Amino acid sequence: MDYTIIVFLEILRAISWLVILAAGLAIIFGMMKVINFAHGEFLMLGGYITIMSHNAGVPLWISMGVLAPLVVGVFGIIVERLVIRHLYGRIIDSLLATWGLSLLMIGGVTMVFGNTVQGVSTPLGSLSIGAYQVPGYNLLLIGIAVAMMMAIWLVLRFTSAGLIARATMQNPDMAETLGVRTSWVYMATFGLGSAVTGLAGGLLAPLTGVAPSMGVNFVAQSFITVITGGASMIAGTLSAGTLLGTISQGVTFATGPVYGDAALLLAALILLRLLPQGITGRIFRKSL
Amino acid sequence: METSLRTDPGFWFMTALGLVLLFLGPLFWDLFQIMQITQYVVLSVYVLSLAYIWGFGGILSFGQAAFFGLGAYTFSVAAINMGETTFPFVLAFAIPAIFGAALGYFMFYGKLSDVYMGVVTMVVTLIFWKLINHTAGPEYAIGDARLGGFNGIPSVPVLNVPGDAQAWLDPGQMFQVFMAILTLLYVLLRILIASDFGRISMGIRENETRAALLGYDVRRHKVIMFALGAGIAGMAGGMWATYQTFIDPNVFSLEMSAKALIWTMAGGVGTLAGPIVAVVLLQYLSLKLGEMHILNNNFILGGIMMVLVLLVPKGGLPTLRDGIAALRVRGSVRRSGTPGKVAPDV
Repeated sequence: MDYTIIVFLEILRAISWLVILAAGLAIIFGMMKVINFAHGEFLMLGGYITIMSHNAGVPLWISMGVLAPLVVGVFGIIVERLVIRHLYGRIIDSLLATWGLSLLMIGGVTMVFGNTVQGVSTPLGSLSIGAYQVPGYNLLLIGIAVAMMMAIWLVLRFTSAGLIARATMQNPDMAETLGVRTSWVYMATFGLGSAVTGLAGGLLAPLTGVAPSMGVNFVAQSFITVITGGASMIAGTLSAGTLLGTISQGVTFATGPVYGDAALLLAALILLRLLPQGITGRIFRKSL
Repeated sequence: METSLRTDPGFWFMTALGLVLLFLGPLFWDLFQIMQITQYVVLSVYVLSLAYIWGFGGILSFGQAAFFGLGAYTFSVAAINMGETTFPFVLAFAIPAIFGAALGYFMFYGKLSDVYMGVVTMVVTLIFWKLINHTAGPEYAIGDARLGGFNGIPSVPVLNVPGDAQAWLDPGQMFQVFMAILTLLYVLLRILIASDFGRISMGIRENETRAALLGYDVRRHKVIMFALGAGIAGMAGGMWATYQTFIDPNVFSLEMSAKALIWTMAGGVGTLAGPIVAVVLLQYLSLKLGEMHILNNNFILGGIMMVLVLLVPKGGLPTLRDGIAALRVRGSVRRSGTPGKVAPDV
């Protein structure tokens, strides 16, 4: 019985993890149909800010939950104004430019901080379930994933900003005709997506430590989750996160963590062969 | 041969240049220069794989390094096991091509959009990189070849004369073989591009729906092109392995994929000669900048990539061609008062 609970919690954690990693990317993709190839480096930036400010004496929760999203969000807005803005409608070019940005950021951070791993200890101790110990941090991750999805849903569904966002998503030209300044909507979306990614990076920092090239380890999972999910921010991320999280955790239990990612990709390829627009391209189409 | 090819001075110039370098180069260069230039030749073969599928088929692969690395590992493992290098060299083309065909089937028959394709090809590279990094233990061996994880495979055999496993090539001969491969590849690709197959590819690049409505099987056509590109990249990987006599998982790195994209963009999408020139110039530039130890290599690459996308989206050679054409037009306007002939946009 205890073991069942542990396995269940582990799977839940894997799903939450994918949701947290991919949420920022999904917000940007859902709105602009653009994949930010520098996603991994935005995570890395969030992680660095968390650890740097914590080392400078800021309490961990503030640096993780406030500073990291704030700084990465502002950075995202700057990137949008300087680079992405010029490439709307040129999807391939925006992928190439963000990839260039990703290399630039890896190189820049290496030059400033050096190619070393830095870390902080994981907070929240552990919880015992029967004979097993569960890190309390895992439960926090599950809680944050749920809160994140709820918050996005509430904003999109019930606020006027959400209404404008949904209108722009559905038909940018029509929204513009009705007086919505879509270029600002895109800027805000990119900033918000970046902020969420910054938060994810902050949450990541105590788990893995930070290094300039750490992004590489997480982008594969994030990208697969987002493209498998399709264009809907919440339904897509949740359905793909659930499916892929279960598969990868199952494979990890069976064979070890190396093949978890490969299994993810294989599952995603087969799924995309059947549903080329992602899960929400055919199922849950009307959802957010 | 097609007339369009027969009357193209650029084609004859590049072919002649290749042959001149092939025969006269080793007479004038010292050993260090030969090694350096051989590296450019191998990377030029690699860049042609992307320049072909992107420029002449509109297939943008963000994961050419997956095939490059696969070719490099295939060659190394096969050569260590077989004790000679001719058949492994063939395998370095064949296995990535087969893998490319399989991957292409999923992508093109699924009709994935550009964004999805970009992500899938990139993720495939990442996963290869991760998997091969985890093969450090002695249990990960194929025959006599231990994969070695992040340490890579040392002592990859040097190319030998076909049929005689002891007759290794010296660096000068290796340069000549590789230069011959590059020249031949360039000529064959140009012929392929000028052929009916190539015309259909360009038709697909311009408008997929129109090509499909005219009765061409777009999906199959793209799979063939993609597999061919994968094979060429794999062959370049095999050349890279035997040139370095050593490989490590960095052949699968994102940097390697990005480099192919940067060179192709810098040289100009839709040309073959441009990317080759870009390889030589940018590799030389990054070597010189790297020697100064001020800027990180990734920083330089990323910067170049962003500048190219934002400022020179058409790439070096086409921009140059357009510039010359514009100057000519202006000149002839001034002389005769009527607009001159504008160069056809090929």
